[in-house]
Amino acid sequence: MGKRSVVPFGPQHPVLPEPIHLDLVIEDEKIMEAIPNIGFIHRGLEGLTEKRDFKQMTYVIERTCGICSFGHGMGYVETIEHIMGVGVPDRAKYLRTIWHEMSRIHSHLLWLGLMADAFGFESLFYQAWRIREKILDLLEMTTGGRVIFSVNKVGGVIRDINAEQEKEMLLGLAKVEQEIKEIEHTFLNDYSVQSRLRGVGILTKEQAHALGCCGPFARASGLSYDMRKLGHEAYGELDFEPIISNDGDSYARCAVRINELYQSIDLIRQAFAKMPAGDIAVDVKGMPNGEYFNRVEQPRGEAVYYVKADGTKFLNRFRLRTPTFANLAGLCEMLKGAEYADVGILALTIDPCISCTER
Amino acid sequence: MANIKRSPWIIHYDGASCNGCDIEVLACLTPVYDAERLGVENTGDPMQADILLITGGVNAQAEPIIKQIYDQMPRPKVVVAVGVCACTGGVFKDCYNIKGGADTVVPVDIYVPGCAARPQSIIDGIIQARDLFQKRSEEHDELVKSGKTYDEAAKEEQNG
Repeated sequence: MGKRSVVPFGPQHPVLPEPIHLDLVIEDEKIMEAIPNIGFIHRGLEGLTEKRDFKQMTYVIERTCGICSFGHGMGYVETIEHIMGVGVPDRAKYLRTIWHEMSRIHSHLLWLGLMADAFGFESLFYQAWRIREKILDLLEMTTGGRVIFSVNKVGGVIRDINAEQEKEMLLGLAKVEQEIKEIEHTFLNDYSVQSRLRGVGILTKEQAHALGCCGPFARASGLSYDMRKLGHEAYGELDFEPIISNDGDSYARCAVRINELYQSIDLIRQAFAKMPAGDIAVDVKGMPNGEYFNRVEQPRGEAVYYVKADGTKFLNRFRLRTPTFANLAGLCEMLKGAEYADVGILALTIDPCISCTER
Repeated sequence: MANIKRSPWIIHYDGASCNGCDIEVLACLTPVYDAERLGVENTGDPMQADILLITGGVNAQAEPIIKQIYDQMPRPKVVVAVGVCACTGGVFKDCYNIKGGADTVVPVDIYVPGCAARPQSIIDGIIQARDLFQKRSEEHDELVKSGKTYDEAAKEEQNG
């Protein structure tokens, strides 16, 4: 029985791209308790509704997070469209779906790279990020931006994907799929990778459910929980099943995310095959009046958007519950009993997006 | 490459940014843009860092941490503000929790614009920072050669 001591982790830490602070209560290298402390990136984005009108807010809300920026813009405009009763053209729905899945691929590849860096496999980190650049090039070709796209607007989207771009995207995705297969083998079969990930940080299905975890983190614990199945945008017309693993350890989270990369590529192919011709946006007149509660599956899990409007151009209230906020409870639970040296890896396995969480 | 005499270490801290510039800073260090070919390397340790890249605006909770990182860095040092938020506060300028750009806390030498800043412009900022670091190091060496102690030289540099 050793002496208890408290070790601070973060906010500035080599393994963390973003600041979060954990107070770790340790006893003989074993973690007894983890107390999170957030607020280093709080900007007060929701408060900007007093100063920006509901159309300008689209571009502010996109900047909640640079990784899932498309999803945030999409979730917000969907909410406003529901309040105002705007019927978005089918082509716009498919375009949103395609870009949302592209963001998911770039986000998961980013996570795989950071994960490889955290367990000290630097060349794998570089390979994952090299593949990700191809996705960013395709996004830049179709939207004009690498990380912030600003293609969503209330009533549809701003840009269209023409036949030539579609061909190039499908060719690019085929190449990316091939390259993911090459790194997948190392991630899932390499001896040293498995020794760092297998059986580390286990979260059971019951714990994940009780703590309200979401996204790939919950799916790796066996919860079949995917907001895309609600059928918003074009997801209702596409054929897919949530990817689940029952192991609940770090290895399962890695495997779930790798399989979701293939799923996203498949969804984009299906969407291109079914995408109808036609308009990409409708004119929106008037001001929103009412309230709505919307749920969207981001790369990290379920994000909840709430808007209350009173018929003026400024919203009464905008609220965003982000996936990392839900998953932090799961992180603190699985840190209990973990080795001190595994904290960096475990903090990464929930795919923390602190700038989303704190807004 | 003969003109490069020193290889500075880069440290990156995320103020209150949206993450967009952070991942672009990281993308700069990976194979496609590969800023390391310019003779710089990323580190997580402020004590050995020479160039500080700050992304995002500054809020009350991040302020002491940025100050602490800046104070821990050895002289001479260079600060680069990456992205509009770090330059002026950007889209979040009117938010209740944002003080403003990075220059409200530490002296900033180089401003890199963009939302999010493109890798090309970040690399340009790193090149300028590297050259400035080299110039400052030479000035610092001269001061030390003229018989001053390290602390005196640092103080003089700070004043002048």
